[in-house]
Amino acid sequence: MPSPRYAREIPTRYRLEAARCGGCGKVTYPARRICPSCRGVDFEKVTLSRKAKVITSTVVHVPPDDFLMEAPYAMAVVETPEGARFMTQVVDCDPSTVLPGMDVDLEFRLIRKEGNSGILCYGHKGVPAA
Amino acid sequence: MTRFGELWKYSLRDMFVEAASGALQDAGADRLDSIYVGCMSGGQFVGQEHLGPLMADHLGMTGVPATHVESACASGGVALRQAFMEVASGMSDVVLAAGIEKMNDGADVTNVLATAADQETEVYYGVTFPGLYAMIARAHMETYGTTEEDLAWVAVKNHKQGALNEKAQFRREVTPDEVMSSSIVSEPLRLLHCSPVTDGAAAVLLCPLEMAKEFTDAPVKIVGSGMATGSMALADREDPAFLDSVAKSGEKAYKMAGIGPRDVNVAEVHDCFTIAEICCTEALGFVEKGKGGPAAKEGFTALGGCIPVNTSGGLKSKGHPVGATGIAQTIEIFRQLRGEAGARQVENARIGLAQNMGGSGASSVVHIFEGV
Repeated sequence: MPSPRYAREIPTRYRLEAARCGGCGKVTYPARRICPSCRGVDFEKVTLSRKAKVITSTVVHVPPDDFLMEAPYAMAVVETPEGARFMTQVVDCDPSTVLPGMDVDLEFRLIRKEGNSGILCYGHKGVPAA
Repeated sequence: MTRFGELWKYSLRDMFVEAASGALQDAGADRLDSIYVGCMSGGQFVGQEHLGPLMADHLGMTGVPATHVESACASGGVALRQAFMEVASGMSDVVLAAGIEKMNDGADVTNVLATAADQETEVYYGVTFPGLYAMIARAHMETYGTTEEDLAWVAVKNHKQGALNEKAQFRREVTPDEVMSSSIVSEPLRLLHCSPVTDGAAAVLLCPLEMAKEFTDAPVKIVGSGMATGSMALADREDPAFLDSVAKSGEKAYKMAGIGPRDVNVAEVHDCFTIAEICCTEALGFVEKGKGGPAAKEGFTALGGCIPVNTSGGLKSKGHPVGATGIAQTIEIFRQLRGEAGARQVENARIGLAQNMGGSGASSVVHIFEGV
């Protein structure tokens, strides 16, 4: 991923910044310019709490190249108490135990080393709730 | 259409020319007013863009307008829709709708296909396409009690039907045990739940109905066309086990055709993974929401059943050259409605439906056909 593209995503990936629609209250993560629910354009910034619940999940056994060393790993769609849903890895546990309903904490982690130059790319991953 | 498979001796343009010239010859047509080329990613698979003029050129049709259409794995179906609308508008009379994809040419297929998912919120974190459908499968199992055996039977059914298709990539039957003991790709999906990596091309010719007798004694009429989009990212869908875009595209096509799901005699749906067939048959109204799981095992969607689905073998057995799939589905329905499907013929098939989808369901296009 070219570095300008990476830099633009830092508020989302490093700080879990989301947006709450002033019109209907829907929380979108990452933030958007137009609310997908009511098409409103007035938002307030929300920082997501660092906990979430697994909605659905899988264990990836055949990974993309950048994740070759990590397979098998668990991936999940999770939902935070604010109602934001997103995709994340769930680590520090047996991947087969990552199932719908599981509570996770979100921790700042290294996500991938990109391409031949090995650029370090960060974001959040789920871990079993403390 | 070409045979589907690993066609090492054929380039992208070779396959297009074989399929397109075959369509022209079958119809005895010597002119085209316009060409649509559905292809997901010539740019990434073989480093070739600007496919419209390239393909027109190699078909000996330089000068004819030619447009590349992209909607990930739904590119073929959307190319058909564009061709249909151009003819319906009165702008053109004879229009070629083709679908092509060259996946076996050294590209990193997993990464190329992943570009049909959301790069910034999904792929960045390490998810693959089988991973996305695996999450849909797990949500379906969790919500509706669908089992791994239910999923396996979709593959068993489609391989059995595909074994009867001379164009199919895998002309062999598989057993439930073989499916359920194949290697794990992304839990709960195994290798035999996934459609293969395929090269292939397919093409059809469209014209106004009153002109069709010029080309054939047995034309097939497009009576409905519907397209819809859904959330790009799986996480943005309220119910990850339901394909909203498929339901909406179906509703539009049914409305235009003036029919309902019970009127359909034969259907091709987008079974890129076994779970996708289950979700699509539910969203199209062939079975009730949440009850698609056992349909394949019980024979409801098999040849001889209430609504035979994927008589061609589907993407699972026939193969899935992504951009070509929507047109190949159309050809299967065309053959069924003309009574030319041989050993896999559905008796008295009068109305057929083809549903083609892109990404993890972010785009879907449905066409309804009627024999004349």
